[in-house]
Amino acid sequence: MAIMGLPEEEYFSCGHRACAGCACATAIRWITKAAGKNSILVEATGCIEVVSTPYPETAWKLPWIHGAFENPAAIASGVSAALKSRGLADKIKVVALGGDGSTYDIGFGHLSGAFERGEDFTYVCYDNEAYMNTGIQRSGATPFGASTTTSPAGKESIGKIEWKKDIMHILAAHGSPYVASASVGYPQDAFRKLRKAMETKGPTFVNLFASCPTGWRVDPAKSIEVAKLAVETGAVPLYEIIDGKHVVNPQSKDASKLKPIEDYLKVQGRYSHLFKPVRREKELAMIQERVKQNLQHLIDLSAKGF
Amino acid sequence: MIKPQVIAAYPITPQTHIVEKISEYVANGEIDSQYIRVESEFAAISACLGAEATGVRAYTSTSSQGLALMFEVLYIVSGMRLPVGMTVVNRALSAPINIWNDHQDSMSCRDSGWIQLYAETAQECFDLTLMQYKISENKDVLLPSMVCLDGFTLSHVYEPFHIADEKDVRDFLPDYVPTHAVLDPEQPLTLGPIGFPSHYMELRSAQVRAMEGSIKVIENTFKEFSDKFPVQMKGNRPEKYFHVEEYRMDDAEIAFVALGSVCGSIKDVVDELRKNGEKAGLVKIITYRPFPRDALKKALKNVEKIAVLEKAVSPGGNGPVFEELSSLLYEMKSCAQIRNYIVGLGGRDVKLDHIRKIYEMTKMGVGGRQEWMF
Repeated sequence: MAIMGLPEEEYFSCGHRACAGCACATAIRWITKAAGKNSILVEATGCIEVVSTPYPETAWKLPWIHGAFENPAAIASGVSAALKSRGLADKIKVVALGGDGSTYDIGFGHLSGAFERGEDFTYVCYDNEAYMNTGIQRSGATPFGASTTTSPAGKESIGKIEWKKDIMHILAAHGSPYVASASVGYPQDAFRKLRKAMETKGPTFVNLFASCPTGWRVDPAKSIEVAKLAVETGAVPLYEIIDGKHVVNPQSKDASKLKPIEDYLKVQGRYSHLFKPVRREKELAMIQERVKQNLQHLIDLSAKGF
Repeated sequence: MIKPQVIAAYPITPQTHIVEKISEYVANGEIDSQYIRVESEFAAISACLGAEATGVRAYTSTSSQGLALMFEVLYIVSGMRLPVGMTVVNRALSAPINIWNDHQDSMSCRDSGWIQLYAETAQECFDLTLMQYKISENKDVLLPSMVCLDGFTLSHVYEPFHIADEKDVRDFLPDYVPTHAVLDPEQPLTLGPIGFPSHYMELRSAQVRAMEGSIKVIENTFKEFSDKFPVQMKGNRPEKYFHVEEYRMDDAEIAFVALGSVCGSIKDVVDELRKNGEKAGLVKIITYRPFPRDALKKALKNVEKIAVLEKAVSPGGNGPVFEELSSLLYEMKSCAQIRNYIVGLGGRDVKLDHIRKIYEMTKMGVGGRQEWMF
């Protein structure tokens, strides 16, 4: 199905083995549309690699390579260097892809190394906020309060007790010319950012928030809806950092108009322990406060020209 | 001389001279390579993986902990059949941390699907590096290769060696033109997919067959090289390269078996023993992976006693070469007595006296299956 403003060519074919409602697979369609024909994709081990390449089948219509869990940024560096030596660097885009496990955690050192070196490629993280491929374990991207199989809610536990890693600012601090957050709830916005990242020279980054109905325990039919709610409640602010300056996107421009965070939390099984058997008032208030503060901070930075 | 289009390496003692020299070549415009100063060895080998998959010749070099850090990706590179070339400057593994030479690092990667060639002299380091690419890139091989050279003994040594004429080298090793699948938007391919139980064994067995088949390619490459580049300095390399170098083995009754630079000292002791009327000889292993079974069978068929000197050991087991030779002797129905001497770990000197004593012990049948000499 064509989405307004997005190219009609499909480079990620149907028939792959992703779960029903997998927003990561949707995200990959847009990423490949933004990359276009003249591109090479480098993927980390993870859900998408597994569901899309059961040998001898493949869902990819673009040249695609997978090495290991932690090294897409390093492999992409090698691909870029090879293209340079063959005089093809200006003709072929290199796009590295990883889930949040690879990006925030195990592959983070390589991502940092590549950004420090100023490699010319775009790294897209499809962020579903846990290690979904191995069965919903917590990652550095898992939010506070979320129950995963390694941070389960229980009598003595409210789920994950740490806040999500601020990957956007860490990468921006490397001097990246373009860092953006996007959500599968907003295809045109995400597509624009992916394109911009790919057209910008140097190491660029898009954190593409992609819901995982299986891991979040959400109705697969509500996958996109929940990704929208994440933005409307401020859990996932949409913004860009262009040459170090913050631009908060229209969807996240007004902290006073945010929907209550509970609207977002309530529809997901991973947060159900915050509501029953008893309402965890303290934690709910903490999350609400944090979300507001985060967004306000971004809006302030942007207003001050930072 | 090998003109890799992409080099990715991370400094580690005692490999550092290599990355420093390459940096100088690049800085002075003497070589036209993309040189990625990566943040770790894991990134170095990963970048080489990416570069080779994009159709260019890639080079890296490391030692010890660096090789250990690469371990995961070594298997991926060979499994994806990418002919990356690496120089391993052999160094001990921690703990205790130790920067000096032994073979524990490369031996621990024995099963990673990389071709392994061991050098005794500076000349062999140079020659084998030229040959490794010719072997790895052969369309019937397509496997990565390591040239293993002893840390400090060979990496920090002043020793005369002959540098082949560049034009002849170009003739022998032309620019790289991949004939296999590479990343190309004109012909999109999926590299590195998931292999289910229904296909994994087929892919692994194809890789193993390629490794076994490479023995012939290595042999032919050795021959071609030896014919094209005759010895210029007597004694600093075998006249005709082969999987093993047989030194005074014609009528030998007791044979040393070893790899790498320690073979120089062993040769001296063999000469001395021969002067005293002892029928001693040395079998130097150059090709360790693939394991040169036929060459070793031939070299050892008439010996009565074998002393395997190794700079590596499997705790709870023996040295890796000893284990494989023992199984080969069984296959040969040989009754030769074989003993394992663990020497030179962590850079401990292997003195001529050690080697003399090893000979004596082997000859007299003194000591156990595994003896440590230090």
